[in-house]
Parts: sequence; structure tokens; C-alpha cells
Amino acid sequence: MMFVVSAVAILLTMGMAIARGLRGPTVYDRALAVNMFGTATVLLIAVLGFLTGRPDFLDLALVYALLSFIGTIAILKFVSYGDLASTREPDPEEDWTW
Amino acid sequence: MVIDILSWVFLASGAFFMLVAGVGVLRMPDVFTRLHAAGIKDTLGAALTIIGLMLQAGLTLVAVKLALIWIFLWFTSPVASHSVARAALLGGVRPILQQTDGDGLESATESARLGDDQEGSSR
Repeated sequence: MMFVVSAVAILLTMGMAIARGLRGPTVYDRALAVNMFGTATVLLIAVLGFLTGRPDFLDLALVYALLSFIGTIAILKFVSYGDLASTREPDPEEDWTW
Repeated sequence: MVIDILSWVFLASGAFFMLVAGVGVLRMPDVFTRLHAAGIKDTLGAALTIIGLMLQAGLTLVAVKLALIWIFLWFTSPVASHSVARAALLGGVRPILQQTDGDGLESATESARLGDDQEGSSR
């Protein structure tokens, strides 16, 4: 019973993350939404495993946690440098940082 | 029975924090504040949900796998949040700074002045 509540809450959160990804004015909002969606997917797979009485799905959740993190970092690196193999450091003189 | 009730409490609070984070991501005004809301889900929502599931699983291999997922999310989600914030800042997105005439005006105008200097050169 509680698994259903948890799964519905996770699904609603995934819907809100998709809405932010579609609306988000900058590409960073979309990267944030994708990252959030990935974490929610991991939790949803885990909860669904308990809901259907087959906790073997947890292996899929573990693998998806690895993939989602790598994907987020790869998207951000591609957006920042335009090249996944770039070793260039961002120039602090060129960009204003704290 | 006690463990069941405890697990339900954990699952319900995890669901609550998850919904709070979703609403925050939709309603917050800028990337950096949205990151703040998304962090709630990655830490509190995930941790409470996984603890609730671990209480249901008992001392089995399933609980060990859940603990592995939890530890992995625990280490990667701050890194992902930090890299989103850093990429946004280096990519020319500026935080929305305070613009009202209330308290703390001095530091707010100072930050706004620093931000204005870079207005022309930002991409």
C-alpha cells in the first residue's frame, strides 16, 4: 500500500521534472531536469521491484544510477566545451566567477 | 509490526520531500535556486525512501543492494549539482540578486554592481 503512494509521488515528481525540462529557458535547466529525472527513475525502479514482489530489479536500478550520472556529466561537458575530449581549463580571466 | 509502521513513516516522508522538490523545481525563479530544490530530492527524498525499503527488506542481500544505491546517489548527486552550477556560471548565467529596498541593501547593491560590470561581456 505504501509502495503505491511512494511510486505515485515519484511519478508526479518525474512529471514536474519533465515540465521543467520542456519549459526551462536555458540548457542548464534542462540538464538539471534530466539529472533529477534519472534519480527519480532509480528510485522508481527500486520501489516497483518491491511493489511487484520481485526485488531483482534493484540490479537495474544500480546500473541506471551509474549511467545517469555519467550522462549528466557528459552533457554538461559537451555544452561547456563543445567537445567531450576537451582538456581545456576554463579561463578565470575570461569569465567572472567567485 | 513496529518495523512496518516505521518503514511506512519513512516512505511517506520520502514521498512528501519528493513532491516538495518537484514543486520547487517548477516554481523557483532561476537555475541556482532550482538546484537547491533538486538537491532536496537527491538527498532527503532518496535517503528516506531507501531506508523505508531497507526496513521492509530486512537483513538480506536486497538491503545490501539498496545500501549500495544509496551510497552511490549520496556521492554522485552533489557532484552533479556542483557541475550544473559551475557550467551555468561559466556559461554566462547570472544569479538573480536581491532588488528590493529592504534590509541588506548594501551587500545586494554591491553584488548587483559586480554583476552589471560583466553584463556586456557575458555570452
